[in-house]
Amino acid sequence: MACMNKFALASIATLALSAAAVPALAQQGLDEPFQKTFREALAGKTVAYVPVAMNFDLTEGWYAGLKKELEPFGVKFVIRDPNWNTNAGAQAVTSLISEKPAVMVIHNPDVQTYAKLLQRAENEGIFVIQINMGSAYRSSAFVGANWIEIGERQTEGVVKACQGKSNKIAIIQGALSAAASAYTLKGVENILAKHPEIKVVSSQAADWDAAKAKAITQTVLKQNPDLCGIVGFWDGMDIGTAAAIKEAGLTGKVFLATSGGGERKGACELVKNGSFDLNMSYDVPTQAAQMAGTIKWLLSSGAKPGSIKGSEYTTLIPITKENADTQTACWNLSDLKK
Amino acid sequence: MKRVRISQQEIVFAVFAALFLSFSIFLNGFLSADNMLTLLQNVAVLGILGLAMAIVVIGRGIDLSLIAALAVPGGLVLQMVQNGHSLPASLLAAGLLSIAVGLVNGWLIAYAEVPPLFATLATGLFVAGLGQAALFQLDVVQWSDGMAGFERLGQGSILGIPTSIVMFAIACVVVFILLRKTRWGAYIYAIGDNPFAARVTGIPTRPIIVLQYVLAGLIGCFAGLVMAASVNSMPTRIFNSTLIYDVILVVVLGGIGLSGGRGGVVNVIIGTLLIGTMLNGMTILNIPYAGQNLIKGLVLLIAVITDTFLNPRNEETAQQGDI
Repeated sequence: MACMNKFALASIATLALSAAAVPALAQQGLDEPFQKTFREALAGKTVAYVPVAMNFDLTEGWYAGLKKELEPFGVKFVIRDPNWNTNAGAQAVTSLISEKPAVMVIHNPDVQTYAKLLQRAENEGIFVIQINMGSAYRSSAFVGANWIEIGERQTEGVVKACQGKSNKIAIIQGALSAAASAYTLKGVENILAKHPEIKVVSSQAADWDAAKAKAITQTVLKQNPDLCGIVGFWDGMDIGTAAAIKEAGLTGKVFLATSGGGERKGACELVKNGSFDLNMSYDVPTQAAQMAGTIKWLLSSGAKPGSIKGSEYTTLIPITKENADTQTACWNLSDLKK
Repeated sequence: MKRVRISQQEIVFAVFAALFLSFSIFLNGFLSADNMLTLLQNVAVLGILGLAMAIVVIGRGIDLSLIAALAVPGGLVLQMVQNGHSLPASLLAAGLLSIAVGLVNGWLIAYAEVPPLFATLATGLFVAGLGQAALFQLDVVQWSDGMAGFERLGQGSILGIPTSIVMFAIACVVVFILLRKTRWGAYIYAIGDNPFAARVTGIPTRPIIVLQYVLAGLIGCFAGLVMAASVNSMPTRIFNSTLIYDVILVVVLGGIGLSGGRGGVVNVIIGTLLIGTMLNGMTILNIPYAGQNLIKGLVLLIAVITDTFLNPRNEETAQQGDI
């Protein structure tokens, strides 16, 4: 500053002062006041993930998405895979409660089994995020599809396709014990109540099994060759439904609506080749990003687990022939895992 | 007092006939040629598995790893083709895997003398776990372009008959010839009837037992390929389903006693027909899933009880135990 005074010009001095001040700031940087506490809130924390099973597009997609979002912040991500065994899942949740992770991400097999355990977890100070399948206990957050809406929109599609046709439809449910199946059925019933002209000729559970779905569909199509639509409850199972329609030579005549996670091979490819006419996708990568966002928000909020509760229902993507070719309608598991 | 001997096979056939008749009369649309073909088509894979199980049960064993033998090699073919391998190479790998599983089963049972119930339970779990952990990316392995043409194994029809029925018929003929026309088949019956007597008479019992399980594995793999072709994918999670009970149901219901040495291909066909008629009728009646299980369970119970009455335990089974 002393050398500046030699010029003795106030204006220049002012200019110089401000000029000196600005670069000084740029060189030192400005501390953003909240990121440090955010990083500290996440670093070293454990997030535990309990899906109903690994090895299928939904749970693998969530896993990859969560890992990608959380691990760079130093979050330890652990997984307990009950492999479709509800008892093993309940045991995993119980043992996790004593291990005290910061957050548990829970995919419920049904409405009741984990409900009490999840309440206990939040009482012990663990945030519980329930995904896609909720339980009777409302925890800090629910992130997932609204099954009622899925059932409604699938049925709307089928009812529309049936206009001017036989008005006979069939329903291929999932497993009777699964809440997702029961909720979807409720959605189907909501729409059918508004359309008394639609006749349900068969409503059977195929147990999420493609071979069973095919057997049921074959029999139903033989009895009702003029069937105009089928509401199926999961694309992984409805591959069988579609195979039965194709074998009966009724592709394009029987409108098949289904739903799933939107993985390219299981959804878009099958809509493109005519197997499915409508696939309501709950877009797994977006769900994973929402879960991760919720975890970041909860951990950095300083809120007490169980003190705040909210839901994030997924915006559904209806996949039809029109958008099945686009990059955004579906996702690739292999890309997400990179 | 001498009773009139009615074999289980005849009872089951009578039940089948009664069911079939009443469905035909009371159920609209049951007795059409189209529905009959659908009925058979729906149980073709089950029937093929029943043949595999029959070979083992006749030789006084049981193969609980059969569903893994269906799911894992079949899934392996689809997965390898998806990963860019050629179809013949993938089929060869699946065949080798099936043979390996059969050899391990057979060795454990014939040489290590582990009871078949436990040996095959363990290998089944192992193979299913191997598939899940190491071979497949996802539980449902999707069809890929490299498989084009192969779906004809389970879809479409040959001379108006759906292909899967034709595949079942071919499997029936092959197993019939093996069991009734070859020396190996006669050995399997002899071992099932009395393994110790069979060994005393110079039959190579241990190699024949290994052969049974290798054959069962290969037929299981074949059933898996027919199933995958039929639904355009391989839902490998089928291992966790109750399919193995359906297979045992077909065999026991058909009249192949679990104590071994009795029955044949005809019994499998009768058992398969009865299950097919029940499933088809219940689907047309729109009976809920839980009700269907209840009815299937009841029929199995009745069959097992009838089996115990008609083929009572004698001195020999008391000493050796069942399966």
